[in-house]
Amino acid sequence: MKNNLKGWLYLLPAILFLGVFMVYPLIDVFIYSFEEGYNFASQTYFGVGEYNFSYVLHDPYFLQALKNTFILVVITVPLSTGLALLISVGLSSIKKLRELYQTVYFLPYVTNTLAVGLVFMILFKQTPYSDGLANTVLYWFGIAPIDFIGGPYWAKMLVLCIYTIWVVMPFKVLILTSALASVNETYYDAARVDGTSKSRIFRKITLPMISPTLFYLIITGFIGAFKAYSDAVALFGTDLNAAEMNTIVGYIYDMLYGNSGGYPSYASAAAIILFVIVLTITCINLLVSRKNVHY
Amino acid sequence: MKVTLKNLTKEFPSRNKKQPKPVVAVNDFTLEIENGMLIALLGPSGCGKSTTLNLLSGLQKPTGGEIYFGDDDVTNLPPENRGVGLVFQNYALYPHLTVKQNITFPLENRRGKDKLTKAEMSEMATEVARLVQIDELLDRKPSELSGGQQQRVAIARALVKQPRVLLLDEPLSNLDARLRLQTREEIRRIQRSTGITTVFVTHDQEEAMSISDMIVVMKEGVLQQKGRPQEVYDDPCNLFVAKFLGTPPVNVFDGEIKGGKLYIGNEAVMSFDAPDGAVDVAIRPEGFTLEGEGCFTCSLDRVEVMGRDISVVADHSASQNEVIRAIVDSDNLDTLKGDKVVFGLKPNKVYVFNKTTGERI
Amino acid sequence: MDYEKIEKAALTKKRIRNIIIYSLLTVWAIIVLFPFFWMILTSFKDYGEYNSEWVPKLYVLRPTLQNYNDAFTQVPLGGYFLNTIIFTLATTAIMLVVTVLSAFAFSRLDFKGKDIVFTLFLSLMMIPNELVIITNYVTVTDLDLRNTFTGLILPSVTSVFYIYLLKENFSQIPDELYYAAKVDGTSDFRYLTKVMVPICRPTVVTITILKVIECWNSYVWPRLVTDDQAYFLVSNGIQEIRENGFGRDNIPAMMAAVVVISVPLIILFLLFRRKIMAGVSRGGIKQ
Repeated sequence: MKNNLKGWLYLLPAILFLGVFMVYPLIDVFIYSFEEGYNFASQTYFGVGEYNFSYVLHDPYFLQALKNTFILVVITVPLSTGLALLISVGLSSIKKLRELYQTVYFLPYVTNTLAVGLVFMILFKQTPYSDGLANTVLYWFGIAPIDFIGGPYWAKMLVLCIYTIWVVMPFKVLILTSALASVNETYYDAARVDGTSKSRIFRKITLPMISPTLFYLIITGFIGAFKAYSDAVALFGTDLNAAEMNTIVGYIYDMLYGNSGGYPSYASAAAIILFVIVLTITCINLLVSRKNVHY
Repeated sequence: MKVTLKNLTKEFPSRNKKQPKPVVAVNDFTLEIENGMLIALLGPSGCGKSTTLNLLSGLQKPTGGEIYFGDDDVTNLPPENRGVGLVFQNYALYPHLTVKQNITFPLENRRGKDKLTKAEMSEMATEVARLVQIDELLDRKPSELSGGQQQRVAIARALVKQPRVLLLDEPLSNLDARLRLQTREEIRRIQRSTGITTVFVTHDQEEAMSISDMIVVMKEGVLQQKGRPQEVYDDPCNLFVAKFLGTPPVNVFDGEIKGGKLYIGNEAVMSFDAPDGAVDVAIRPEGFTLEGEGCFTCSLDRVEVMGRDISVVADHSASQNEVIRAIVDSDNLDTLKGDKVVFGLKPNKVYVFNKTTGERI
Repeated sequence: MDYEKIEKAALTKKRIRNIIIYSLLTVWAIIVLFPFFWMILTSFKDYGEYNSEWVPKLYVLRPTLQNYNDAFTQVPLGGYFLNTIIFTLATTAIMLVVTVLSAFAFSRLDFKGKDIVFTLFLSLMMIPNELVIITNYVTVTDLDLRNTFTGLILPSVTSVFYIYLLKENFSQIPDELYYAAKVDGTSDFRYLTKVMVPICRPTVVTITILKVIECWNSYVWPRLVTDDQAYFLVSNGIQEIRENGFGRDNIPAMMAAVVVISVPLIILFLLFRRKIMAGVSRGGIKQ
């Protein structure tokens, strides 16, 4: 009895914090999402129903955000994973300077997304005083200057994708490098003695051996990319709707606060839609990986 | 395939910054291996035997010397072009492939005119699987096999490409004692039936002596002695080899040569033609006899009965070992009474070594 | 077979491979480092000089510290900095206490319902922040905690993942140690602080560093609950500077501010490089 009490006592702070700031909100968000016409100031609502979902799904801003997020996911997840694999394999096959490269590659992980995003913006932005460094480089190839920050949709999306990849790479390279390092060296020796070509060793031994890690990265990559937000803010400012660059998470926050603010019901509906999408994609990923991960 | 190693040397750069002298793993190693032989590289851990094997497979490059397969100089040839089969100590079976896929793996590497059809590969795999007696297990994954079965798969994978030389790195060390005995006979049988020149590395002298045509004893990267197992056992060229071979181990004593006689303690045990001076004397356990007139008195400790033979455990003030072990015929059991025993010695089982160099006199 | 040819071909192939690998790695290293180079370079450029460069220059002729001066005087960067430090220290400290206590309960104490609670905790790891942040925002607003440190800190304190990480580590400490301490009459709490925490120091340090990084870079929650500049953290501060500070075009000054807020974490990283990388690869979390 005394022991029981003691155990709960040690857990009390965690349970309090989690209860108030995670469990309760988790239930509440579903309630909000079905309360129609909720008024933030008076905390009253008219009725209960699925109107909030219908509103969100018909909101052009949400559809824009949905489209942006999907494009971002489809482009950045495969590209960053592939690039990270390429770099990690390169990193694993060298000895000299390896630590230095590893340290450099990890740097973006510890930097403030908002701050470095500002640098990216400056590199790509066209101002009355300068076309920016990116355009200068394009000029060498005879390409006319483009405003990547305030210009055409595809240009803005391109910068967003580049920055997103830059931000997620450190994590992927780190995880893949340690996965590659954990493959027993004798498998490679055995394959070499048998005259296996480098590319065949990679396809037939390395890839299957690291496939669990690879799928883990793809799954977390999908989840992370669906929640993209601060990268976009860093590049295009807080008014993402005006820049046509909003993401689903951005839409949720805008609904809470900001220009269109004060609608927790719509925000909740959007958050639940996001959660369902992420859950579906993760389940599909798990099903695919079960078929393809070898052991 | 005849394999020749000429003045083979492998140095590793020193990791110790205070002592920048390179570590010599293999030192001026010269050896000729006749076609179809099974030879064992034998020595304690760290003697350079595994490095020698890696030099043969091409996984490591020598810093000096040459390696010939037949008349071909393969010293700088990458491993994939050498045509060697290599069995690793931990087998290195690919865990995500079945036994059959593991065995056909080397065959699938062939390109161009050597390329094989699926049917040919399958046939070769089945044939070699039958040779090592795993043809029932072809569809299993390595994790579903016992240690002994994994070992056979590893050998099958090395054999399937019909290597010019077969290399085995501590092939039995991951098996339990009973399986070890069985597997070493198996290796001998497979080697005989294929006739492939085979080199295997081991630290277990019994293993080496029991199946190989020739053993090569190494110490600190230097070849100590080579020859047929019995020859090396009967005629060790230095104290290290004498100590390393044989169970129970050889008995070593401080001795002295005075006036053409070999003394242990203050007894002259036999006549020996060499200059006067202190020596090390090694006597094999079976070199003691109780028949006839004895000349070597030891204090008797106990007698261990082993059936056909008995092991006499004794002590002597000049002994370098903790105890002296003598193996004698069990007929002598009744004569062993009291606290003293007087042995006779078989001269061909007594070896005398230079005290400083350890060389045989 | 012509062995010499094969040997030569193998050697050439290896050389070419090495050249390709090192070029690839170097190109990526430049891509990673370039933004850092650019922000440092620009932060030393004079305002007039910067604006006169139609084609941006990769060097600076007359380096100036004026921008750093501006960053601290024209906008309340010092204030943002201080807020972030307070927020980071307080959040991390409370997180550590909560985490250590619950990890101890889960790993060492036996009580009814422990397994169920632990499973519940683990399942909370899968809940995305976006789902709960809405109600938290409403809660904090209702409690009148907007623009306060309390409102900033409290919802950011708990991290189920760190509890899990530390619990796993605590569980590896052999039971004998606990019994020995019990026999000597050591209280549970003393055992926790004098034995378990010191033994698991590497893990405690790792989660501390990871939490500090997380706090230093947090943007979303602070943005929601603060609209008074006096409570801005560096992330919100930099966004504010970008939109309203310095007059929109004083990019060198903005870059000076960016350098200032990036430096502390980079120093922390260089000091604890191995620990941080090991922690992240073990934890596998993304901010």
